[in-house]
Amino acid sequence: MKVESYLLLFVGFFFGLVAIVYWLSSYEDAGSVMLLGTFLLGTVPGAYYFWWSRRMSPRPSDDPEASLEDGAGVVGAFPASSIWPFVLGFGATLVGLALVFGAWTLAVGLFLAIAALVGVIYESRRGGLV
Amino acid sequence: MTMGESPGPEHEHGPTGLLKWVTSTDHKVIGKSYTITAVVFFLLAGLMAMFIRAQLASPDSTLLSQHTYNEMFTMHGSLMIYLFVGPVAFGGLANYIVPLQIGAPDMAFPRLNALSYWLYLGGGSLMMMGFLTTGSAADFGWVAYAPLSNSINTPGAGPDLWIVALILTGFSAIFTGVNLVTTIYYLRAPGMTMFRMPIFTWNMLVTGILILIAFPVFTSALVLLWCDRHLGAHIFEVSGGGVPVLWQDLFWFFGHPEVYILALPFFGIVTDVIAVFSRKPIFGYRGMVFATISIAALSTSVWAHHMFTTGVVLLPFFSLMSYLIAVPTGIKFFNWIGTMWRGSVKFDTPMLFAIGFLVTFLLGGVSGILLASPPIDFATHDTYFVVAHFHSVVMSLVMAAFAGFFYWYPKMTGRMLREGLGKASFWLMLIGTNVTFLPQYLLGLKGMPRRIAEYAATDGFTTLNRISSAGAAVLFLSVALFVVNVFVSWLKPIPAGDNPWDASSLEWATSSPPPHHNFLKIPPIRSQRPVWDYNHPEDRILEHVKPKPAGLVAATGAGPVLLEDVRFDDSDTLDGGDR
Repeated sequence: MKVESYLLLFVGFFFGLVAIVYWLSSYEDAGSVMLLGTFLLGTVPGAYYFWWSRRMSPRPSDDPEASLEDGAGVVGAFPASSIWPFVLGFGATLVGLALVFGAWTLAVGLFLAIAALVGVIYESRRGGLV
Repeated sequence: MTMGESPGPEHEHGPTGLLKWVTSTDHKVIGKSYTITAVVFFLLAGLMAMFIRAQLASPDSTLLSQHTYNEMFTMHGSLMIYLFVGPVAFGGLANYIVPLQIGAPDMAFPRLNALSYWLYLGGGSLMMMGFLTTGSAADFGWVAYAPLSNSINTPGAGPDLWIVALILTGFSAIFTGVNLVTTIYYLRAPGMTMFRMPIFTWNMLVTGILILIAFPVFTSALVLLWCDRHLGAHIFEVSGGGVPVLWQDLFWFFGHPEVYILALPFFGIVTDVIAVFSRKPIFGYRGMVFATISIAALSTSVWAHHMFTTGVVLLPFFSLMSYLIAVPTGIKFFNWIGTMWRGSVKFDTPMLFAIGFLVTFLLGGVSGILLASPPIDFATHDTYFVVAHFHSVVMSLVMAAFAGFFYWYPKMTGRMLREGLGKASFWLMLIGTNVTFLPQYLLGLKGMPRRIAEYAATDGFTTLNRISSAGAAVLFLSVALFVVNVFVSWLKPIPAGDNPWDASSLEWATSSPPPHHNFLKIPPIRSQRPVWDYNHPEDRILEHVKPKPAGLVAATGAGPVLLEDVRFDDSDTLDGGDR
């Protein structure tokens, strides 16, 4: 976990530095704000990972000597198939179409998107296709 | 000697046929869908390029109207940048290959991954739908500068469709970025430490972070643009107190990292390909990783070098930062050559494309260093010199993409592409690229502006444009041969085997194509080249002197298992008894 946190902290450090230099030499708002945002994007998760990395023992994937047995146990849940991403994507596309033509597709798209969100939550909770 | 066992019957109990492609959350299926869709957009955009070159082949050409010409170059650029080069890398190849390279069963969020694809397809379709509207498709250039992109200068549904399409694909890219970073952070196999990951995976991790930096800015800028056009927000319009150049700021804060979002994955492919076909470990592995990180960091601090001529940006800052990028890129070149040095280089098609990338990218990179100098940029801005510069860069990336196609096609399909046709594709592409774009440097220096539909015979641009158009025809032939190659391999398959290139990273330890959830067995990971160590025990260089008992550890029983207490009826819970 250490290398992972260093990578994000470097992003924060670098853009913090650039933001300061850029602001002091230009006093330009838009770029400075975006650089500040990038500083936060690196620092916030980076600090969180760093905090954790000091409190946990190395994971098998951080241990150069780890054998595959060390990784035994739960890795995660990986559904093999689900219709809801398609429904949500299709619904979002219809909503996008409505943003251009202001048409009836808004209602259909919103319905599909909300149905998909509900569907995917129930799928996770109950398991299996809903 | 290979490790993967014969795949046997596909271990699947989900839907089959078309429904499988619609509902699948398997990263391999999604990766293939992404790759195929992106290649279709590539072919469409290539066709538009042919129209552009046909138009410019002779002076005072009337093949296309000025308006249609504007549509053509806008959609050519948009399709290539937003829908091909990026998505084929982080949606297609990375989606398929990264989990395999780190020994993961799937991407971290499989359903989010599927959603990324559907948003990408939906967005791409909306963009193409512009051609069906009564007005026209988007015609304000792929950068959509304000105030050209407001509702007075470019009214109609086509530009709106373009904006909404890119909002959708923007979300798609952000989701893919989250997925890539999480997968690489959390799903590496035991022993796969960060500094043992293949360079391709490293570059995809850095690309993922770059996506998270760049795409939210662009997506929100597009929402602002939509508000300007429909709600009268006046954010980018002087009339209501807005600032048109703000659009350029927001756009290029995305746009320049985007160049490296496009490039870094292909740097990764080339690094891996060169190492495999030189039969050597990567020269300067850590240097490569740090170079990648430095390039990514610098690329986000140079956005306004596209805006030198606006007169409102800090020239010394952006010029200096742009020059600095040459340093890590130079390190990469040094290491690529160092990897080949004294290796036993095999000139198979992927390697040829990788070397073609080196040559072409060097041309594009060096002309980029010229453009980083404000005085030169003032003289060449918006001329064909800039067009030639970025086409050299992007065509080198296309070559690297082809290196990736030829390298991983056997893994993705279990079939080889034909070497002869592949080599013909390569030579035509190398010749075509240089014949097309080298004359454009000269055209730029002679003062030909970009984005013009016609020029007069007296301008003196005719001969060079003729040569350039002839080169484009050669490029067309090269891509056509690739399509033929795919069809030939489809009709008369040559089985690939698990590891046809004798490669060294983990994806070659499983069968081709890999079984559901990727690995039946994973070799022990003790170096950056686990598969090479296993296949060539004689030159195994262990990083650690105290090896644990080597030998295969089957995933069954002892290896990682997937969660089984969440009851996905149709999901595969890999527990010990499953196989």
